This record gives sequence, structure tokens and C-alpha cells, in this order.
Amino acid sequence: MRLAQHMAVASDRVRSTTIEATEFPELSRAYHVMGVPKVVINDRVQFEGAVPEKDFLGAVLQAVTDPRPR
Amino acid sequence: MPDAGGWDFRKMWSGRAGSCCPRVQQGRAEPTPRAGGYNDAMSILTERDRAAVRKEFEKLTGTVKLVVFSQELLAGDLCRQNETLVREVAELSDKITVEILNLALDRERAAKYGVDQVPAIVVEGADADHGIRFYGIPSGYEFSNLIDSIVVVSTGEPALSEETLSALRTLAADVDIKVFSTPT
Repeated sequence: MRLAQHMAVASDRVRSTTIEATEFPELSRAYHVMGVPKVVINDRVQFEGAVPEKDFLGAVLQAVTDPRPR
Repeated sequence: MPDAGGWDFRKMWSGRAGSCCPRVQQGRAEPTPRAGGYNDAMSILTERDRAAVRKEFEKLTGTVKLVVFSQELLAGDLCRQNETLVREVAELSDKITVEILNLALDRERAAKYGVDQVPAIVVEGADADHGIRFYGIPSGYEFSNLIDSIVVVSTGEPALSEETLSALRTLAADVDIKVFSTPT
């Protein structure tokens, strides 16, 4: 997911970890990975599949503003 | 997201129908013998892959350091493949350097980078660590992401809209993005 790593370069606040799901089955299970790509932001906001930049940004902003865990 | 060049990076490596690394597809299983059709057992990237990456690396401006974490006891075979791949990539530009570290022995460095899995790759800029990590051997689509991350770290010019950039400038908290992916 290129948006994540580009955001990491754009902001010191953002870090991007790309995880090869089949090599890390335990991690994938812990994050309930059913399909890929799956994005998990701050362990709270998550979505599957490629999304437009606007929606990706929306998820990032939601992850830092929404106090409710999901 | 389409690639800029004519060659689809996503077809790289993983596109060679199981000839590259059956162990990756089977998770951490024992090594299986290769069934032939593999000219150079030590080489992961094909000449065509190299040519495509070299072309992409013409965009590089600043130096990039690839810090690799391995641990023989945890996943020796995967780690060796990962090291080989990273070295092959680094050979394609004099702006890229490689450092191989051991997760168990180089604990301080691992903690500093926040790395707790192997194989891992940190894509670090000359003056800054932007927090870009890869867990697992980056093949297929992830390989194209690795190449892309090297380019964006080197140039320092993320391909994002003005709206995104200005929103990111106002972030009041840290953002940890995990992207789960697969080789194909």
C-alpha cells in the first residue's frame, strides 16, 4: 500500500509497517486478517482492500480523533 | 495504483509461477528442493527485474540505507533469502547501502527501530528514519512497494495531494499504519 509509506515520509508522526501475511500467521490472526491488503491504523481503525487517497486519509484522521475503540 | 513505468513491478519475482521461493508460500515450512528451471541458485532477481529497478532508481537523489534484521534461529532460511534480495536491490544503485543486524544480538538497534519480527527491513533516509518497515520477504506486490519506498525516501517527495499533505501537517498524535499483504 503505497499511500502508507508516502504518508510516513510526509509526516514524522506516521509510521508504516508492511507485513507479509502468510509469513506471519500469528500476527495475521491477532489482527483478524481475512483478506489482503488489510490496513490497521493505531490498532483501532481498519479496512480491507485498496481505497482512494481521500478515504485512506479519512481513516488516518479517524484513528487519531475518534476516542472509541473499534 | 498503476506504476509509472512500462514494466509492471507487481509481476516481479512472484510472477515466476512458484519457481522462486516455495518456502515463502508455505509459511515457515522446511526448505523444499527446487525443481529446476533456475539458472543461478544464488540470484533472486532476473535480469529483467534488475533492468526495471535500475530504471526506477534513476529517480534517486539522496542516499538510502536498508537496515535488515535477521535471526538464524527463528527463521534462518527466510532471513537469508531476505538478505540476498536486499543485497541484490542495493547493487542496483550506488545511493543505497545495506546493514545486516541480528534481532537477538543487536537489541538496542532493534528497540530503536521498533523492530520485533524477522525478517525485517528498515528503509531509512540519509538524515531521517521515516518509520518505514517491511516484515517478511517483500516479493510480488510488496517488492514494488519496497522499490517505491526507496524512491520516496530518497527524493523526500511523497506523491500525495495537497489536501492530504496539509492534513498530515496538523496531526496531533502518532499514527501507526500496519498493512497486511501477500506475495501476489
